[in-house]
Amino acid sequence: MDTRNPARSPLALLTWIAVAVLGASALGGIALNRGESVNALWFITAALCVYALAYRFYAAWIAARVLCVDETRATPAERLNNGRDFVPTNRWVVFGHHFAAIAGPGPLVGPTLAAQFGYLPGTLWILIGGVLGGAVQDMVTLFFSIRRNGRSLGQMARDELGPIGGVAALLATFLIMVILIAVLGLVVVNAMKNSPWATSTVAATIPIAMIVGLYMRNIRPGRVLEGSLLGIVLLLLAVAGGGWIDQQPGLRDWFDHPGLPLAYAVIAYGFAAAILPVWLLLAPRDYLSTYMKLGTVLLLAAAIVWMHPEVKMPALTQFVDGSGPIFGGALFPFVFITIACGAISGFHSLIASGTTPKLLSNERDIRMIGYGGMLLESFVAVMAMVAATVLDPGVFFAINSSAGVVGKEAADAVAKISSWGFPVTVEQMSLLAQQMGEATLFARTGGAPSLAVGMASIFGSAFGQGMLALWYHFAIMFEAIFILTTLDAGTRVGRFMLQDMLGNLWPKLGQTSWYPSVLLTSGLVVTAWGYFLYIGVIDPNGGVNILWPLFGISNQILAAIALCVATGILVKSGKLKQAWITALPLLWLIVITSTAVWEKLSSNDVRIGFLAAARSLSDKLAAGTLPPEKAAIAPTLIFNQQLDAALALFFVCLLWLIVADMLRVCYRHLAQQPVPPLSEAPHQLTRLEEAWQRD
Amino acid sequence: MATRLTAQLDKVWRIVRQLSGDDAYERYLAHHATHHADTPPLSRAEYFRRREQEKWEGVRRCC
Repeated sequence: MDTRNPARSPLALLTWIAVAVLGASALGGIALNRGESVNALWFITAALCVYALAYRFYAAWIAARVLCVDETRATPAERLNNGRDFVPTNRWVVFGHHFAAIAGPGPLVGPTLAAQFGYLPGTLWILIGGVLGGAVQDMVTLFFSIRRNGRSLGQMARDELGPIGGVAALLATFLIMVILIAVLGLVVVNAMKNSPWATSTVAATIPIAMIVGLYMRNIRPGRVLEGSLLGIVLLLLAVAGGGWIDQQPGLRDWFDHPGLPLAYAVIAYGFAAAILPVWLLLAPRDYLSTYMKLGTVLLLAAAIVWMHPEVKMPALTQFVDGSGPIFGGALFPFVFITIACGAISGFHSLIASGTTPKLLSNERDIRMIGYGGMLLESFVAVMAMVAATVLDPGVFFAINSSAGVVGKEAADAVAKISSWGFPVTVEQMSLLAQQMGEATLFARTGGAPSLAVGMASIFGSAFGQGMLALWYHFAIMFEAIFILTTLDAGTRVGRFMLQDMLGNLWPKLGQTSWYPSVLLTSGLVVTAWGYFLYIGVIDPNGGVNILWPLFGISNQILAAIALCVATGILVKSGKLKQAWITALPLLWLIVITSTAVWEKLSSNDVRIGFLAAARSLSDKLAAGTLPPEKAAIAPTLIFNQQLDAALALFFVCLLWLIVADMLRVCYRHLAQQPVPPLSEAPHQLTRLEEAWQRD
Repeated sequence: MATRLTAQLDKVWRIVRQLSGDDAYERYLAHHATHHADTPPLSRAEYFRRREQEKWEGVRRCC
C-alpha cells in the first residue's frame, strides 16, 4: 500500500480525475434534478465514486499522516495470540466478521423513514456523514483499540479521560441497548400485525434455529457450513409454507393477531432467548442471519444494477418543515437523527473496540476494515433509500403513515395522502396488498413492510412478477431474522452489563453463571425494553414517531462519546493540528443531538415535543373529551411521554458531561498540567510477515 | 489454466470456511500442536461448545 503519493503515474491521476468528474456529475444530477424522475443507477454511481475517492485519499491520508499506522508493529492478535479471541486472521475474513457485526437492520430502517423528506437529504447525509463521520469514527476507534491491546471503548474512556468518561460510556451503552431493542421489536411487531403469513414465517425461524443448533452441537459438531445450509433451505421452505398456512382457514387464525399480543410474544421470546443456552437459539440464528444478510444485500445490489428502476419520490417534499406523517420534526435536525446507522453509528465503536481489534494481523489493514467496512454499510443504506423511493410516493406514505395521522379508514387515508400531492387510490392499495399476499398494507409503520414492498418490486421486476408475494415475505423474514438476532444478542449484552454494575453492590450478582442472577438480570433487561415496546405498540400515532428519534439520539450520543475519546487521544498524542478529523464530526453531532433534544423537550407541536404531547393529553383528559377506551390508557401515555422527555434530557446531559471532561483533559494537556498518560502498548516488531502467508 | 482455476477456487473455499468458522477446530488443533503440545487437545464437540460460549460473552452484533 503506497499512501505517500496518491497520484504516482499520469494514468492513475487521469483515472482519479475521471472518477471525480463522474461522481460530481452523478451527485449533481440527483441533487439538481427537479420534477423529473431520476434513475437509481445515478445513486449507485454517485455513492461508489464518493466512496472510492474518500477511501483512496481521505482515509489513506488519515492512516498515513494522522494515525501513522506502522506495518512493522506487532498487533495484539500477534502479541497476545491465545488461539481463542486473539488470533491473527486473514484480512478478508476479518472484514467479513466486522461487516457482519456492524451491519444490522438499522441502515435499512432509518433511510426508509427519512425518505419522507424526499430522496435528497437522506442520500446526501448518508454519503457525507459516512465518509467524514462514521467511517472515520470506526477507523480511529479500531486503531486506538489495537494500540491498546484491544481494549473496549469504556476502558479507553476511563484510561484516557478519567472515571467520568468510563461511567458515561457504560451508561450510554446500556440505555441505547434498551431503546434499540424496543424500537427493533416494534418494527417486527408492525410487520407481523394481522399477517398470518409473516407471523408464521417469523415464528418458524425459532424451531429452525433450534434444529440447526442441535445439528451443529450433537449431530455433526462444529460443521458450521453444513448446518447453515440446512437452515437456509428450511428458512426458504418456511417462507413458502407461510403462504400455504395463509390459505388454510383453520390454521391462519392461529397466526392472525393484533399488535399487543404479538408484542407480548416478542417479550416472552426475548426472555427465553436470554436464559436459554447460546448454542440452542442465539448462535445458530446468528449464522443464518449473517448468510441471509450478505446474500440479500448482494442480490439487492445486483437487482438494482440490472433493473435500474426510476426513483419516483421527489428530491424534497413539503415535509421538510416538520409536518411529516411518518415522524414529526423538521429536516434539521431530524434527518440526521433518523439516519444514524449508515451515516454514523455509535454502536460500531463497540465492535471496533471489541472483537475486531483482536483479530487484525497488521495495522495497515485498519483502513480497509474500519473505513471500508463502514463504507459498505453506508452503501447498504443508499440501497435502502433507493428501495423506498422507487415506490410511488402515494403508496410509500400510505404504508408508512399511522392511522392516528391519516385516519383509520382506507378512503380517509387515500384522500388525505392524495391531498398532499401524492396521488394514491384504495384500488391501487388493495391490488398491491393482494399481490403481496397481505390483507392490507395501510399503516404498516416501522419501515420494514415498505422496504419489503420496495425490494419485492425490484426483485419481482428482475426475476419475475409471479412471485411478488413470496419476495415480499422473504424480505420480511430477512429483516425479522436479523432484528431478532440483535434482540437476542442485545438482551444478553445488557444482562452482562447489568450483572457487571450490580456486582459492585453484591458480588454474587456479578457472577455471570449464577442462575438466580441470570434470571433476575435478564428479567430486568427484558422488562426495560419490553416496557418501551409496549409504549410503542399502544401509542395512537404509532410508536415509531416516539421511539425512533430517541434511538437515533442515543446512537449519535454514543458516537459522540467515541469521538470524544478519539479527539482526546489525538490531542494528547501531540496531534492537535489534525484533531479536526474527529472534532469536526463530534461538533456536528453535539449540534444535532442537542438541537433535537431541545425540540423534543420544548416544541409545542404534540408530534414533536414529548412534554407538549403529555400536556395536550392531560388537558383533554381533564376536560373529559376523550372516548372511554382512550381515557383508560391516557395516564399511561402521559407518563410515557414524560419518561421519554426525562430520558432525552439524561442523554444530552451525559453527552455534555463527557464533552466537558474531554475538553478539560485537552486543556490540561495543552497547559502542560498532569493528565492521565497515554495507555498505548509499547512498540514491538512484528514477526508475522515471514510466517504469515498473505494473499 | 485449469490448475490455476482450481487453485483459485480452493482459495475461495478456504476463505469461506474460515469466514464461517467451519475450519475453527482444525485451526485450533494446529495452534494447540505448536503452543500446548504437552496437553491433549479438546475433542471437536467439546471445542465447539466452548467456542460458542465464549463468543457470546461480549458485544457481537449491532443495529
